[in-house]
Amino acid sequence: MSQNPLHPEQNPEPPGADGRVAYVNARLVDPATGLDAIGGVLTEGEFIAEVGAGLFAGEVPEDAAIVDCHGRCLAPGLVDMRIEISGRDFANVGASAVAGGVTTAVCLPATTPIIDDRAVVEFIARAARKAGLVKVYPYGALTKGLAGQELAEMGMLAESGAVAFTDATKALANTRTMAQALSYAATFDLILVQHPEDPALADEGVMNEGETATRLGLTGIPAEAEVIIIERDLRLAEMTGARLHFAHVSTAMGVDLIRAARRRGLAVSCDTAPPYFALNETAVGDYRTFAKLSPPLRQEADRRAIIAALHDGTIRAIASDHTPRSEDMKRLPFADAANGGVGMETLLAITLELVHNGHLDLLTALGLITYHPADLLGLAAGRLRVGAAADLVVFDPDRSWKITENDLYSKAKNTPFDGRPVQGRVLKTVIDGRLVFNLDA
Amino acid sequence: MPALAPPIGPAYSAAMSKTPFDFSAFPLRHLLGIEGLSPLDISLLLDRADEYVHLNRSVGGKLDTLSGRTVINLFYESSTRTRTSFELAGKRLGADVINMSVSTSSIKKGETLIDTAMTLNAMHPDVLVVRHGSSGAVKLLSEKVNCAVINAGDGRHEHPTQALLDALTIRRRKGHLDGLQVAICGDILHSRVARSNIHLLNTMGARVRLIAPKTLLPAEAERLGAEVFYDMKAGLKDCDIVMMLRLQTERMKMNFFPTVREYYRFYGLDYAKLDAAKPDALIMHPGPMNRGVEIASDVADDIGRSAIREQVEMGVAVRMACLEVLTLNLERESLR
Repeated sequence: MSQNPLHPEQNPEPPGADGRVAYVNARLVDPATGLDAIGGVLTEGEFIAEVGAGLFAGEVPEDAAIVDCHGRCLAPGLVDMRIEISGRDFANVGASAVAGGVTTAVCLPATTPIIDDRAVVEFIARAARKAGLVKVYPYGALTKGLAGQELAEMGMLAESGAVAFTDATKALANTRTMAQALSYAATFDLILVQHPEDPALADEGVMNEGETATRLGLTGIPAEAEVIIIERDLRLAEMTGARLHFAHVSTAMGVDLIRAARRRGLAVSCDTAPPYFALNETAVGDYRTFAKLSPPLRQEADRRAIIAALHDGTIRAIASDHTPRSEDMKRLPFADAANGGVGMETLLAITLELVHNGHLDLLTALGLITYHPADLLGLAAGRLRVGAAADLVVFDPDRSWKITENDLYSKAKNTPFDGRPVQGRVLKTVIDGRLVFNLDA
Repeated sequence: MPALAPPIGPAYSAAMSKTPFDFSAFPLRHLLGIEGLSPLDISLLLDRADEYVHLNRSVGGKLDTLSGRTVINLFYESSTRTRTSFELAGKRLGADVINMSVSTSSIKKGETLIDTAMTLNAMHPDVLVVRHGSSGAVKLLSEKVNCAVINAGDGRHEHPTQALLDALTIRRRKGHLDGLQVAICGDILHSRVARSNIHLLNTMGARVRLIAPKTLLPAEAERLGAEVFYDMKAGLKDCDIVMMLRLQTERMKMNFFPTVREYYRFYGLDYAKLDAAKPDALIMHPGPMNRGVEIASDVADDIGRSAIREQVEMGVAVRMACLEVLTLNLERESLR
């Protein structure tokens, strides 16, 4: 591929798929409709032409290319509602995404340049389209330069295609500014996404506050840093009537508050990321900077509470929190190392742990990484539906493999799950009818 | 028995009503706000003002209705059109008008509002016309003086003569106020003009809509008797009157809206948005206008649809009526 990663705007757009492809002998799994049955999908050009249990039972159309799924799962391509694109390497982001079965991703505004202007929204969308892999939708900045001071032009950013508004991994800390932001967003019925962490309380903290931090001699971030912002913002959402979403909720107290607010009928939602239901603070172990995340890994009781909240629907989505960081930014003393881990390639496997461990059934688990995040942000994605874009993933839910940093497609290798044996592997990824990833090819 | 106002004088008899006005029907000593006025009170002022419109359009001379009376303009906030309008109104009626502006008076030297009021009161004026940046300040002052007080704008509370002149403009153009659909658009939060207009229009049977981003709407604005819209086209649909408000950036701290560019995109009145209103919808603005911020220049200057300059003209007539009614009623004991 002759992609120019540094100047993606110079790359040609990939040609659309044409012809018909029959995906036969598949276990169709469509969480939006609850379909889980042997059947097939016929794609025509870029779209799904037919889908259903028993499709092709008789015969396959003569002119269609045939892809035999050998009874593996065929599901809508995954929707990852929060990734970071550092630099302009859209090709590598795309390679990492499709290796993880992610066909739609929403990128934080902390790009270079920051997405606080209409022109940047259009640039990001175009650059991703030209890379021809994952479909990228941008968040717009909530405040100019993500500085937490002046509101960004949310109305015009939304017109240009920003799907929601956030200051990325910074909470909008000033209460009055947050109230104004919510109120302004309510004007246009826009969604605000808050990173719930009180910056004053988190301050110089580098991991969860508690025994582990104490033993390691590291400055802690108390769970209350998350809880205080959630509690405050729920009040502000109620006051302003705005739609509010909390990103990567990590604490038991946090999900309790959101659960109660949803029961009261507030238009609030939240997601979490795999580390918060698959790991706890002990993963920091011997100062492993790959386990340095924001929010920090919490205690075991928090991890269990996150699983319970996934189970009861309080948490509506799982996002990868894909945050590529170079070795230079991670091979540092723990306090100096950057936050974040890559996650798109492990999103499905870690989510399937919830199924293998009996916490969720397959359809529920897949719903959290397909149509739920798509619906939260109003994206046309995450469903096996006739007429929809042919964005598909074929995966084997039982195939075991070991997450190894050097086997990742991502150039950045900072996965908090390094060395973890998992079950569930992406075999094929299809975007707009084109086969863009084929594991066993 | 209070005096009946005399007919305005032989020179203008052709233009003016022969019927003397019975001002004793007006129950208030001061004009502090529209809230609380009855439809009769408002109609009385508008009817009288309507007659002065004809007078003002005639050439030369002034009346002696308020001859020997003193009107003091006391403006704590800078103003050109309202102060000039009151000054002209007083002089047309033959009153002596004195302008006190804050920058040149003892107020600059630290005198409190009440001390200033007492000082001026000792000079026995007939009417004090007061503008102040704090809501309620004019009422506070009115409690300390024997003369009549007209509120020329207090903070974000009321600006009654603006609402009256707007009503007169509408009534003369449309023939009536009741049943009209009026949209008030823009910075409602900081606007005393909006509050006075909401009260007046509701009292007179018009239907009021407020159109603004949520950040520029006061809490529970709909409780004042208005329908609230965030989307300008939806709000303007089928409106008879489009009242634009000035974006009062001087009263704003940060973050009521991101940028002027974005504000104009969604809330600036241009022809595209105006299309939603009735074809004969009247465009109004209390001034001073920010062209290209809340209103497009070509819309503001549209001779067929914009009543903005007419509003200024109506201002003088309305203020003449107010000065006259309050002054000639001053001796009555029964005033509230």
